[in-house]
Amino acid sequence: MLEIGLSHYLTVAAVLFTLGIFGIFLNRKNVIIILMSVELMLLAVNINLVAFSTTLNDMVGQVFAMFVLTVAAAEAAIGLAILVVYFRNRGTIEVEDINLMKG
Amino acid sequence: MTPVPDLFPALPEIFLALAAMALLMVGVFQRHDATRMVATLSVLALAVTGGLVLFVEGDATVVTFNGLFVVDGFATFMKLLVLLGSALAIIMSLDFIEREHMARFEYPVLIVLATLGMLMMVSANDLIALYMGLELQSLALYVMAAFRRDTLRSSEAGLKYFVLGALSSGMLLYGASMVYGFTGATGFADLAAQLTAADGASIGLVVGIVFVAAGVAFKISAVPFHMWTPDVYEGAPTPVTAFFAVAPKIAAIAMFVRLLVGPFGELVAQWQQIIIVASILSMALGAFAAIAQNNIKRLMAYSSIGHIGYALVGLAAGTDAGVRGVMVYMAIYLAMNVGTFACILCMRVNGRMVEGIEDLSGLSRTNPMMAVALAIFMFSMAGIPPLAGFFGKLYVFMAAVDAGLYTLAVIGVVTSVVSAFYYLRIVKLMYFDDALEPFDRPIGRGMGVILVGTGLFTLFFFVAPASLVGAASRAAATLFAG
Repeated sequence: MLEIGLSHYLTVAAVLFTLGIFGIFLNRKNVIIILMSVELMLLAVNINLVAFSTTLNDMVGQVFAMFVLTVAAAEAAIGLAILVVYFRNRGTIEVEDINLMKG
Repeated sequence: MTPVPDLFPALPEIFLALAAMALLMVGVFQRHDATRMVATLSVLALAVTGGLVLFVEGDATVVTFNGLFVVDGFATFMKLLVLLGSALAIIMSLDFIEREHMARFEYPVLIVLATLGMLMMVSANDLIALYMGLELQSLALYVMAAFRRDTLRSSEAGLKYFVLGALSSGMLLYGASMVYGFTGATGFADLAAQLTAADGASIGLVVGIVFVAAGVAFKISAVPFHMWTPDVYEGAPTPVTAFFAVAPKIAAIAMFVRLLVGPFGELVAQWQQIIIVASILSMALGAFAAIAQNNIKRLMAYSSIGHIGYALVGLAAGTDAGVRGVMVYMAIYLAMNVGTFACILCMRVNGRMVEGIEDLSGLSRTNPMMAVALAIFMFSMAGIPPLAGFFGKLYVFMAAVDAGLYTLAVIGVVTSVVSAFYYLRIVKLMYFDDALEPFDRPIGRGMGVILVGTGLFTLFFFVAPASLVGAASRAAATLFAG
C-alpha cells in the first residue's frame, strides 16, 4: 500500500504552482484564464502550507493558509473589477489585444 | 482569556486605519463633492500619524502582537519617509484630478489605505504580517493605477499591474511556505535563531529565500522583474505614477532590507549573489533603456529602475554602512522624484497634459524657474556633485567598497555616467533648443511650494548632510543591534 507522505503533497503543490505560472505566460486567449491561474498558484501555496503544518505539528501554517484564502478572495474581486473596467473601454479581453503600451 | 497585546507600539497604524474608515464615511455623507475636503483631512491624518510614529519611538526595539510587529529606529525612519511621500503625492494630485474629471473622494482614501499597508510592511516582523501588509498596499495600488476608469490606457495599466502583481505575490507566498516548511517558523526572530543554530541552509530553505526575493524584486521593480514598470508608469494617471515611484518603493526596499539582514542575516553568502546580479542588471537597464525613450513618464520608469539598482548596491554590502547608504539614498530619491514629478505634472499646454520629452524644449525661456528646478533634479539624478544625488550614490558605493565589492562599485559608477546622458539631454533640450508653446500658468500654490522645497533640499543638501546621515546611521544600527 502506497503511503502518501509530505513529498507527495509538495510535488502536487509544485506542479500546480508551475501550471499557474505557465497559465499566465503561455495563455494567449483570455484574461479570465490568467485570473484562474493566479488562483491556482495561491491554492498550490495553501496545499504546501497545510502539508507542512500537519507534518510539523504546528498550527501557524494553517493560520497562514486562512489568511491566504481571505486575501485571495479580495484579490479576485479587485481583479474582476479592473477587468470589467477594461472591457468597457476596449470591448474585448483577449490577451493579445492588451498592447496599447509596448514594453 | 487571551491577554490583550500591547497596542501602544502600533498606535500610528491603528490611528491611520481608523482615520481611513472615518474619511470614507465623511466622503459618503457629504452632499457635495467631498474630494478636496477628504484630501485635506487625509494629509492631516498622515501628518498626525507621522507625529505618532515619532511619539511611540522608544530607545529600544519593541516587539508586540506575539512577535508579529516590531518598532525600532529603522522602522521609524522609513515610516516617516513613506508618510512624507504619500502626503506630498496627495497634495500634488489635487489640482490634476479636479482638472481631469477624476476627482472622487476615494482617491485620497486609497492613498491612505496603501500607506497603511506600507507602514505594516516596514514594521512586519513575521512572514504572515509581511504578506498582509504587502497585500493591503498592493490591492489599493491596483485600483489606483486603473483609477481613470474611462480611459483605456489607465485601465490597461491597472490590468497589467494587477496580473504581474498577483504573480509576484504568489511567488513570494510560495517562497514563504517553503521557508516555513523547512524551518518550522514564520517569525523573523525565530527564523534568525533557527538559522544561527543550523550549519548552512537546507536546499529547500534556499529555494524559499530565492522565491521570496523574486517576489519582493517584483515590487521594487528590480531587473529581471521590472517588465511591468514602464507600462504601468506610462499608463497610470500622472499623479498616481508620482505616488507609485516614491512611497511604495521606499516601503518595499525597507521590507527587503529588514528581511535579508534580519532573519536571513546568517545566509549573507547565499543572497548576496542574487542581490549583486539584480543590482548590476537594474543599473545597466536603467541606464541604457532610458536613452531611447520619448515619453517622460516612461523615462522616469527606467530611471527609477536604475535608482533601485543603486539602492541595492548598499543592500548587497549587507553591512551597517550599507543599510545606512540605502536609507540615505531613499530619502534623497524621495526628494528628487517628488520634485521631478511636480515638474511633469506642470507640463500642460492649453489645458491638455503633454508627456513628450520634446515638449520641454526651450523651457528656460518660457518658464525659467521651472527649468532651473528641473535642471537641478536632473543634475542630481545624474549624480553630479555637489547635489544631493551625488551623496546618495557616494554612501552606497562607499559601503560596497568597504565590503570588498569593488566590481559592483565600478559598474555602478560606469552606469551612472551612461545615465547622465539622458538626464543631461533634458537639460540640453530646456536650455539650448527652440522654445515651443509655453506651459499653462499658474501651476498652483501647493505645487510651487513642493518644487521650491524639494529643489532647495536637493541643491543645499551638501551644506549639512550630517543630520540626515546621522539619523540614518542611528536607525541602521538598531537593525543590527539585536
